[in-house]
Amino acid sequence: MMQSEQPALSHEVAVEIGGLPIVLRTHDSDFQALVERRYAGFVRRQVQPSFAFDIDVVHPEGPVSEEEELRVWKDDGTWRLERGDFRAEWDPLAGQGKILQAVSPYAIDSVLRIVHTLIQAKEGGFLLHGASAIRNRRAFLFSGVSGAGKTTISSLAPKDAVLLTDEISYVRRDGEGYRACGTPFAGELARPGENASAPIECLYFLAKGPENRIAPIEPPEALRMLLRNILFFAEDAELVKMVFRSACEFLGRVPAYRLTFYPDARVWDLIQ
Amino acid sequence: MSAEPMAETYIARSTAIAARMLGGEMMIMSAVDSTFFTLNEVATVIWQAADGHTPLSQIVERRVCEEFEIAPDMAQRDAADFVNQLSQHGILLVSDQPIPESKPVAAGKP
Repeated sequence: MMQSEQPALSHEVAVEIGGLPIVLRTHDSDFQALVERRYAGFVRRQVQPSFAFDIDVVHPEGPVSEEEELRVWKDDGTWRLERGDFRAEWDPLAGQGKILQAVSPYAIDSVLRIVHTLIQAKEGGFLLHGASAIRNRRAFLFSGVSGAGKTTISSLAPKDAVLLTDEISYVRRDGEGYRACGTPFAGELARPGENASAPIECLYFLAKGPENRIAPIEPPEALRMLLRNILFFAEDAELVKMVFRSACEFLGRVPAYRLTFYPDARVWDLIQ
Repeated sequence: MSAEPMAETYIARSTAIAARMLGGEMMIMSAVDSTFFTLNEVATVIWQAADGHTPLSQIVERRVCEEFEIAPDMAQRDAADFVNQLSQHGILLVSDQPIPESKPVAAGKP
């Protein structure tokens, strides 16, 4: 009797974001090509991966999970992630995970963001709604809600600035300080960030206004604003505590300001 | 005939929270629902004194009224409102009996 066999998981792509290589394995060559295109600047060859995911892509495209809203929860040591277009599980100790997803790149984008968020929560770092750029070997973060000016300030960046992202900044602990790393997660600029990193000089909370001005922010207000913009998905009490602690410690080491700016290139005179 | 003594209220800080004093303000986040609170000076004093075995009335009388020169009636009323608000979010535990330190608290959602 013949048995059907699933094709071997022969296609592997290692995507390294924030210095953490994650291997994505699939038997779908089209999906592999999509991943390689989408994360082009972040694909690594011959690296020792931190984690690996086996991905099954559903054809034709349709709902994969009954959960319309994103849910992330821990179940007996395994993280479970669900949304309409994907269902994933990840065992951090084993370093292994599985993803069942629609062919859409947004699903794998979301899974990667969540996994990095969970990893960084334990390490004292976080992912932040915000643009970031390197200038003079130091990184500057620009955070704010939608419409605050993340894309605008990114598009005004001078040639000597290295744009790490216009949408999702990656912050990781680095000794006594913090480091910002580039991410492929693009916003309205529709352009992935550079795969580079630098020590963080400061955090700006953005607001558009009639003139360019930098003003200090009181620590409680800075914490409120930072927590509002940190990506966080999990329904897990311990993780909430870790994120809170990370935000407090970050603000203890990195100065935060309010950057009000008029949308033209002169704002970058203040950022160097 | 003697009047029944008023029942005491005991308060204790939940362990399902994260808290930090920052810039002179107590910042508290519920680990259960991520609700975020900033306490003013008076509320911070009550929060810090919420050890589970000192009655709320005594905390208010000895810490709030004396340190902030607030009239006892008003201070007791404000404290009761504050305690009620935080207990609704699981940030403070409230009981008419002293609360042992090891009392379990609500866990996060699955």
